[in-house]
Amino acid sequence: MSLIRRILNLFSRSGLNDDIEAELRSHVEMRTEQNLQWGMSEREARHDALVRFGNVTATKERVIGADAALVFESIWADVRYACRGLVKSPGFAATAVVVLALGVGVSVAIFAFADAVLIKPVPYFQPSRLVGLYESIALGPRYHLSYLDYVDWKRENHTLSALEAFDGGPVALTTAGGVEQVDGGVITAGFLRTLGVSPILGRDFHEGDDGVNAPGIVLLSYGGWQKRFGGRRDVLGETVMLDGTERTIVGVLPKDFYFSPIGPADFWSPMRVQTSADSRGEHGITGLGRLRDGVKVETAAADFASIEAQLAKQYPDSDGGRGATVLPFSEIVVGKVRPLILLLLCAAALLLLIACVNVASLLLVRTEGRQREFALRGALGASRGRVVRQVVIEAVSLVATGSAAGLAASYGFMQLLLRLIPLNVQVEMPYLHGIGLSAHVLWFAMAVGVLMSGLLSVTPLARIFGGTMRAGLTEGGRSAAGTVWRHLGANLVVLELCTAVVLLVGAGLLGKSFYKLLHTEIGMEPDHLAMLRMRTPTVGYERETLKVALERRVMAEVGRLPGVKGVATAQLVPVSSGSWGSTTFEVVGRPSHTTKEATNRVVSANYFSVIEARLKRGRYFAESEDASKPLVTIVNETFAKKFFVGEDAVGKVIRFDASSPPIEIVGVVDDIREGALDAAIVPAVYTPMAQGPSGSFFVVARTARDPEEMLPELRAAVQGVDRGILTLDALSMGYRIHHSSSAYLHLSSAWLAGGFAAMALLLGVVGLYGVVAYSVSQRTREIGVRMALGAQKSSVYRLILKEAGMLVGVGIGAGLTCAVGAASLMGNMLYGTAPWDVGTLVGVAAVLGAAAMMASYLPARRAASVNPVEALRAE
Amino acid sequence: MAKNDLQGTLDLLVLKTLSQRSAMHGYGIVVHVQNVSDDLLKVEEGSLYPALHRMEQNGWIGAEWGLTETNRKAKFYKLTAAGRKQMRAAEESFEQLVKGVRAILHYA
Repeated sequence: MSLIRRILNLFSRSGLNDDIEAELRSHVEMRTEQNLQWGMSEREARHDALVRFGNVTATKERVIGADAALVFESIWADVRYACRGLVKSPGFAATAVVVLALGVGVSVAIFAFADAVLIKPVPYFQPSRLVGLYESIALGPRYHLSYLDYVDWKRENHTLSALEAFDGGPVALTTAGGVEQVDGGVITAGFLRTLGVSPILGRDFHEGDDGVNAPGIVLLSYGGWQKRFGGRRDVLGETVMLDGTERTIVGVLPKDFYFSPIGPADFWSPMRVQTSADSRGEHGITGLGRLRDGVKVETAAADFASIEAQLAKQYPDSDGGRGATVLPFSEIVVGKVRPLILLLLCAAALLLLIACVNVASLLLVRTEGRQREFALRGALGASRGRVVRQVVIEAVSLVATGSAAGLAASYGFMQLLLRLIPLNVQVEMPYLHGIGLSAHVLWFAMAVGVLMSGLLSVTPLARIFGGTMRAGLTEGGRSAAGTVWRHLGANLVVLELCTAVVLLVGAGLLGKSFYKLLHTEIGMEPDHLAMLRMRTPTVGYERETLKVALERRVMAEVGRLPGVKGVATAQLVPVSSGSWGSTTFEVVGRPSHTTKEATNRVVSANYFSVIEARLKRGRYFAESEDASKPLVTIVNETFAKKFFVGEDAVGKVIRFDASSPPIEIVGVVDDIREGALDAAIVPAVYTPMAQGPSGSFFVVARTARDPEEMLPELRAAVQGVDRGILTLDALSMGYRIHHSSSAYLHLSSAWLAGGFAAMALLLGVVGLYGVVAYSVSQRTREIGVRMALGAQKSSVYRLILKEAGMLVGVGIGAGLTCAVGAASLMGNMLYGTAPWDVGTLVGVAAVLGAAAMMASYLPARRAASVNPVEALRAE
Repeated sequence: MAKNDLQGTLDLLVLKTLSQRSAMHGYGIVVHVQNVSDDLLKVEEGSLYPALHRMEQNGWIGAEWGLTETNRKAKFYKLTAAGRKQMRAAEESFEQLVKGVRAILHYA
């Protein structure tokens, strides 16, 4: 009880005083009473009591001295002293606080993101035990599995306690107003239990819900429940029409449930059991597993590799050449952003370091000026501990002010960073929701604060106790004072400049990569191209000829729009974020033991001429080539080079498998970038829409006007053909390229590195200015003497600039070396740009050199304008 | 070696006094020490009160306002468990000191 009371006493010193006074008074009065009993007169009795007691006030002070509250009070006095000191030198205080706030603000904001992305991205039960499962094929490691493979994997494995599967995609919801496209998820019965999620209303899927003849049921997401059913609790048992079949609502998922690989789906249906043997080749689902206790991901990977090897032997047609990929689930969710976040974290740490170093150097300068003060304190009997306490309190006051400002700023930085992420990408990052000053983040800020306080205390203390206190008094803290600091300060500035160079080079390289990326050769003309994705109605267009007829009608209708120069259709358009739609095939007349794989696109006959692709050999499709004619295909150049080395691909015949009809290659087109901008080109085969239409495709229109403006007309025209058509995303090719995830990734990293680099440059230059200015102030007398002895202004300039130039030269030189090293580490973030890109390196050196010389010119000018008489008289 | 500090001796006197009575005020302690030691030992008020406060900080004794027999308000001090432990340590240390000093004095 007493300690708390005593701490409270700090704020009411009078309370403590009264308490002690009352106690001492009662002592004196008891003695007086005793004396009276012994027969003294009242006056005598009181006098004797007081004499025996001695000096009441002194005793009181000593009692208070034993009290904890006094310690607090003297600390409070030190804090006030520190604050007064800061207020007295506002230039120093403002610079230090701003620099600290900048460092803290940025690092805290970045940490908040890192915390969200790296530490808690997966909001499920024991997330570290979850793994994603894929099949690997020649094109890459993360391709879908087929349902029958999934069943075999589930049965044969020994490393997972549960294996489930999922798939996601748009479904058509029939509402009173017509057909609407909504996002849906398809999951196996035990999927939610494996994640550790259970519905807040109704029930989860059971085994048996996925039977071939089981009644259709569906789970609602919380968002879908609120939006479409007003959050009514009696929604269970109601039915909805999804993709033309009736489903009964059996439950509602929790509000915070989110499954990134599928996205924000409103309707979750059970995955139907598939039994037909030929469905083994239909690869369309992804596995989700939970590792058994103590099993490592690598062990599971080996397990599935051997299972898949067995399957490949058993079913060479559908599983030949396929392997298994097992990845930690967090890798699937945040794998793409992790390198970016780590890069950011490094940059933030560097920035924080620069900020601390800057403030430490400013503090050192200040300590120089206060050498006499500390010496005097020592002479007057201040113990080492007392001086340490005061310095620490000064550091803590500074850091506390800077951190408070930094925390406020970090909130702003977080919002700014969030804005750098486009909305459609943010949807895929649910872990970023509610990012802010969480407990984790505050702890981090606290830790940073403690570290900074430590650094900012140790630096001046090393200076104070480095030289003896007495020396400080006698020498007047002048002549020898600068040497230690000059060495230290010079090293610090070199470090700062070096860091600034690294960040600037990083920003420059990323910017250049982004530019290169946007100007990647994509094998077509992206300007003035409007695109709309659509789906054929599910009812009334079952036969392929009807689908083809509809596609023709759509093209004719769109072609009539004013401003449209040409219309084509394609199952998928270039610059996709993933590698969708691939097919296996074999070359007729060659042994078929190795299955080959290629990206497959179904396009209209005039597609290549509308997108202005370049024909390398052979011909394009003819309008007349429909299902009644022999099957034809056009391949890309990579395909031709890879599979027909030294031969002419045109005229060769391929087929998808032994049971499908042969297809003749009639043309070779220059590579079109079907996948991501920075991904390698893979072999591609294009087949005509008329010979095998796709139910969902893009309408691609070459426009004379701004394609963005045309989009609403395009949509209206397509819908005018048939009300049952589902029209999906409409966008221009230019937009697609600029907003593709790889472009966005490069753009944001270039912006971020640029932002960091600007701050680092600013801080580095401020640091340099501080060091040179300090050096000049220390050498005022020397410069005065030189000038009195006849030195010219120009030689004084030379003196100071030479010193600064040395620092800048070493800093930039070391920085460039480090930068090339650092850039090599971020190799995969660079696109078409070498880490040692000469233009960037030279540019950075020039910018930094110019800024640095400007920072040293100001103090040099001051040095040159020293009046020798005044400088000497000041002694 | 025994710790030889005078402050420790005053602490010991106070702690021992409090261990023999349930609760005492500062004046009572002064009187008690003087009486029991036949006026040989005299506790200075100027040292006693700071010592009491320090010991209270250390948690060796607890303090509480109360009334004396003559109905006067006074602060009463009481030994705590930690104080009892401290007292035993101090007692031992003091015995060692006395033994050492006596050995020197009797050295012939």
